[in-house]
Amino acid sequence: MKAEDSLLEVRDLVKHYKSGGLFGRTGPVVRAVEGVSFSVGRGETLGLVGESGCGKSSVGRTILRLQEPTSGKALYEGVDIFELDRTSLRQLRRRMQIIFQDPYSSLNPRMSIGAAIAEGLEIHRLATKAEIPGRVAALLEEVGLDPTYARRYPHEFSGGQRQRIGIARALAVQPSFIVCDEPVSALDVSVQAQVLNLLSDLQRQRGLSYLFIAHDLAVVRQIAHRIAVMYLGRIVEEGPTDQLLADPRHPYTVALLSAVPEPDPTARKNRIVLSGDLPSPSNPPPGCPFHTRCFHPLKSTRCSTEVPLLRPISGTVAACHYAESTPRVEEVDTASVP
Amino acid sequence: MSFPGANNTPFYPVDGVSFSLQRGETLALVGESGSGKSLTSLALLQLVPAPGRIEPGSSITLGDTDVVALKGESLRRIRGRRIGMIFQDPMTSLNPVFTVESQITEGILAHFRISKAEARDRALHLLQEVGIPDPAERLKAYPHQLSGGMRQRVMIAIALSAEPEILVADEPTTALDVTVQAQILEVLDELRSRRGMAVLLITHDLGIVAGRADRVAVMYAGQIVEEAPTPQLFAKPSHPYTQGLFASVPRITGPLQRLNPIRGTVPAASGWPSGCRFRPRCPKAFDRSEVELPLIPVGPDHSMRCWLAEEPKTMVIAQQLPGDART
Repeated sequence: MKAEDSLLEVRDLVKHYKSGGLFGRTGPVVRAVEGVSFSVGRGETLGLVGESGCGKSSVGRTILRLQEPTSGKALYEGVDIFELDRTSLRQLRRRMQIIFQDPYSSLNPRMSIGAAIAEGLEIHRLATKAEIPGRVAALLEEVGLDPTYARRYPHEFSGGQRQRIGIARALAVQPSFIVCDEPVSALDVSVQAQVLNLLSDLQRQRGLSYLFIAHDLAVVRQIAHRIAVMYLGRIVEEGPTDQLLADPRHPYTVALLSAVPEPDPTARKNRIVLSGDLPSPSNPPPGCPFHTRCFHPLKSTRCSTEVPLLRPISGTVAACHYAESTPRVEEVDTASVP
Repeated sequence: MSFPGANNTPFYPVDGVSFSLQRGETLALVGESGSGKSLTSLALLQLVPAPGRIEPGSSITLGDTDVVALKGESLRRIRGRRIGMIFQDPMTSLNPVFTVESQITEGILAHFRISKAEARDRALHLLQEVGIPDPAERLKAYPHQLSGGMRQRVMIAIALSAEPEILVADEPTTALDVTVQAQILEVLDELRSRRGMAVLLITHDLGIVAGRADRVAVMYAGQIVEEAPTPQLFAKPSHPYTQGLFASVPRITGPLQRLNPIRGTVPAASGWPSGCRFRPRCPKAFDRSEVELPLIPVGPDHSMRCWLAEEPKTMVIAQQLPGDART
């Protein structure tokens, strides 16, 4: 995709957290995001996938400036979000919204959901007082809820309904870009499917762009046009969804894919069970961040000294020195996994 | 199992659930939240939260022992000792102010007459068995010093410490990342085959069931609605609810299809629908669905709670909408 087609362009985003030591002493720096670049086109979904602690949520929050970045750029229609003053940032937030995993914690328990949805309309003066009830009713209907629910309170709703309320609230200000931060992870499968379908339908009807952050590759496949895989603060592979899932070139993507539990007992696939835990982002390994758990047959000292850069391989871009010869899931000798 | 409800009308979140578990077997109890699967597992150890109670007439037999009748000391000799249990969130089950060692040896010392040193040796051995690297060091650690995966391994070690015949695993990997989930499931599988333990796996994830369980019981609204050996259930899901669950699960392989979710939501235990409990959400509901029904055989070892079992000609495979879900 050419840069001019993209709605959001993120370049070399870095986010470090100072971990609090006792009595003002500073602890080690947590390197949550270590130079991440990607773009999201109009009407497109980019899936940002990784395990807990990989920095994917930090990316989502930083580009909305819910947290300040350490360095980097995030261009929304060519304007750097990180350079905006308060007034222009507020205007931008009308265009960029976020929905969370747990909509309950983002809803005020003492505010009726009608009032919660109307809040954005009022702040951005998008409707007159007389128009508001009609707009709220229309939004509730759009997300599949009964318009009469506007008078009810958050505790009266199920998890799936609350997520629909969260979506209605985000849609109220007519955004063109929504960060979806694990929006279906807490939902039961049947409800999860309903919400995924709703998000797809809304995208089609409104031409929305999504940054869809999730840990579940099967869920992401359902909604994302492209997928970026994160590991320890870096994107290790990125590509069109079908390509990345059919022919992953980074060993971590291969492992992640093989770990997805497939609801089919006849699928006798090779399970690559990675040993150990994710290294700490406050003390990442030198060289390739994945080398401590990597099973690539060509793994060498180069992996522990030189950080591999993202480079185009067949169909995806991958950050592995030996991406050309990364084995497929079924080729991995599971006994060789460290 | 009953809970007192409004106006003194009790409600029954678990309502007539029957199953058996053989030595060395894994039975998966699958269902969404509110199906009663976790309460069912808690009942096995008489851990039903108050004011809930197991209704008279219910029976749970472990070998020759009637678990429901047990009280006090004899109940304690079952809990942990013969039936071990692990939960979804190890952090809330582990005590933050005690070391891993003292939490593992507590169970060993309670159930066996051995010295502290011997108990420590066993604890060390258990940590090795569940795949914890550097076990001697980890014995001295406190729960907050361990990762989520390590904590769940410690929980498994504690559950195994009294060498139970049955391990109840309630969503053991739901809070964990996929790669860690794979590790934990591997450990559980190994332990089961090595120790000949029976496992009751409670989960909402059909993907986990596919690779691990011998038999599956699908729960909906406090009842088992379908039960079959795993290969049969996956090859031919028969109850409309089971079919709906399968159509709702996003797949990582195969053609990409728009998901076909079950409409509506799980009813509350205080108001189970009459007749077939899935009737209000069922795309295939018909006049007989208004009549309550038992599990009806649909094949060898395969039964379901749906009248369609008696009308095989009207059976339809779950419809899936064609087309690419992504736009």
